[in-house]
Amino acid sequence: MRRLRTWGPGLLLVSPSIILVGIFVYGLIGLNINTSLAQTRDRITNKITNPGGLANYTNLLQTERYQHALWNLLVLTVVFMTGTMLFGLLWAVLLERGVTGEGVFRSIYLFPMAISFVAAGVTWRWLLSPAQGADQAIGLNQLFLKMGMPWLQSKWWSDPGPLNMAAMAIPAIWQLAGYIMALFLAGFRGISEDQREAARVDGATEWQLYRYVLFPQISPVALSALIILGHMSMKMFDLIYSIAGANSYTAEVPATYMWIQLFPQSNPTAAAANATIILAIVAVVVIPYLIYTNRTEKGGRA
Amino acid sequence: MTTTLEPPLQTRTPTGRPKRRRPTPMTALQFILLVLFASVVLTPLYVVLVTSFKSGMDVSPATAWDLPHTWSTDGWVSAATRLAPAVGRSLILALAAAILSSILGSMNGYVFAKWKFPGADIVFTAFLFGMFIPYQAVMIPLQRLLLDLQMHGLPWLDGIPRLILVHTIYGIPICTLIFRNYYATAVPNEILEAARVDGAGMLRTYASIVLPVSIPGFVVTLIWQFTSAWNDFLFALFLTSPRNGPVTYALQELAGGQNPDYPSIMAGVLVASLPTLIVYIALGRYFISGLMSGSVK
Repeated sequence: MRRLRTWGPGLLLVSPSIILVGIFVYGLIGLNINTSLAQTRDRITNKITNPGGLANYTNLLQTERYQHALWNLLVLTVVFMTGTMLFGLLWAVLLERGVTGEGVFRSIYLFPMAISFVAAGVTWRWLLSPAQGADQAIGLNQLFLKMGMPWLQSKWWSDPGPLNMAAMAIPAIWQLAGYIMALFLAGFRGISEDQREAARVDGATEWQLYRYVLFPQISPVALSALIILGHMSMKMFDLIYSIAGANSYTAEVPATYMWIQLFPQSNPTAAAANATIILAIVAVVVIPYLIYTNRTEKGGRA
Repeated sequence: MTTTLEPPLQTRTPTGRPKRRRPTPMTALQFILLVLFASVVLTPLYVVLVTSFKSGMDVSPATAWDLPHTWSTDGWVSAATRLAPAVGRSLILALAAAILSSILGSMNGYVFAKWKFPGADIVFTAFLFGMFIPYQAVMIPLQRLLLDLQMHGLPWLDGIPRLILVHTIYGIPICTLIFRNYYATAVPNEILEAARVDGAGMLRTYASIVLPVSIPGFVVTLIWQFTSAWNDFLFALFLTSPRNGPVTYALQELAGGQNPDYPSIMAGVLVASLPTLIVYIALGRYFISGLMSGSVK
């Protein structure tokens, strides 16, 4: 009874949030899975449109369209994560040693993060416009012409080739590299100056200093950065929607296809199955990570 | 998971002043690279600004990258007129959602940091997962649930009120995390213990000891939630219409026409980004703190 009196009020104070998160996160995920397993028939012809059960998932995964969307997502994710990590780390290394105007550079690199994906997307739709030739091209293609490098003109994301989504990663990198830079900078700043001095006294070159002293210590930051970028990439919707339009097959990923399944195709069952697959991919990465950080945090505190 | 509420990025060494090396060829190269990257990052901003001040006649592919021939504010006027109602709606949405989820986050963070109940850590981890879920995975039942609520007893639950509800709820996890980490270091256990000895209950302690020192935490969560609610498009697209939706939806509509009017589209981009840009410029370091807490360690 005394225990209840000590922790009871705390539980009471959190209970509104527990109920809300319980319903709106976990309850709705459950309902969504339930929807995804339904058997449905066409209203007019009475033909079965979704067989029900796990067959809904295998059917979806077998369609050419979904495989194409998954492939696009893979290309986008690989290029986006690599590019963002590289630029983020490079900028952080360039800035962490202290340079004139550091604050200005930091603010410039980070400012795209403050802008919505829609506003960025509308701008990049113009920049990545596929039209070519002096009197047609706008955006980057026109800039390349102006700079005397017409061979650099590209159809960008609307290229029918298999790697077109690499172009879609460019605006995403533009938007998030500054964020990763900020994470790495905070990581570097957390390392005491003594360690650098010690390494220099021991005769380490700058490269050895980074390779053996600094980089190992920011690897936890790199792991969080990878998880953040990975889950952002899986659910990337706004940017693709506003660059490629609502109904683009060439730039389709599962997250945008879900909108098409739900509205133009009015097939909520298949859309729910798709959404569950996206959730599963994210969960496979995020849940072990959450358990891992929870554990290391406790270990650190004990 | 650590939230740094001090400016986390300053150049201080333990001895005090920033350390600057003597200029060498390396530092020169470093500086040149930084300037180069900065100009690449700013290129889209240049395009947006320049195009927004062009007149309709002035927009042709060949001069796309040039400064306006004649400076015109037509684009700005047309964008401002078209976006104004949605900007107002977005302001109400972002402010309300930010305040509500910050209040909930503060109460939760206090409990998870200082007043744990059995199983609190599991509940907290379950909250955190809510931060990472792709919202697509709740969207279909969410849409139905909100429609049901609107049909049966809550007729006002449409447009902005609907988005306020949704953003408040899905903002709970991050706000809880930020406040939990903040209280863990900002409120010493000894003070809470002293309050308990003096006979203050949990709520009393919260109101008279914890809340007064919560301002830095609130600044971070308010900025974070304001920015994410303002910038959201996914919930807006699925749960509202251009008629009653926020500015991201309106901008998407403005930009989506058959014959794009680039000056007004680009001015619209700026109009729709101004509030978050102002927040970023004025309160940059708190903005960064929010970003940091979205990560871990």
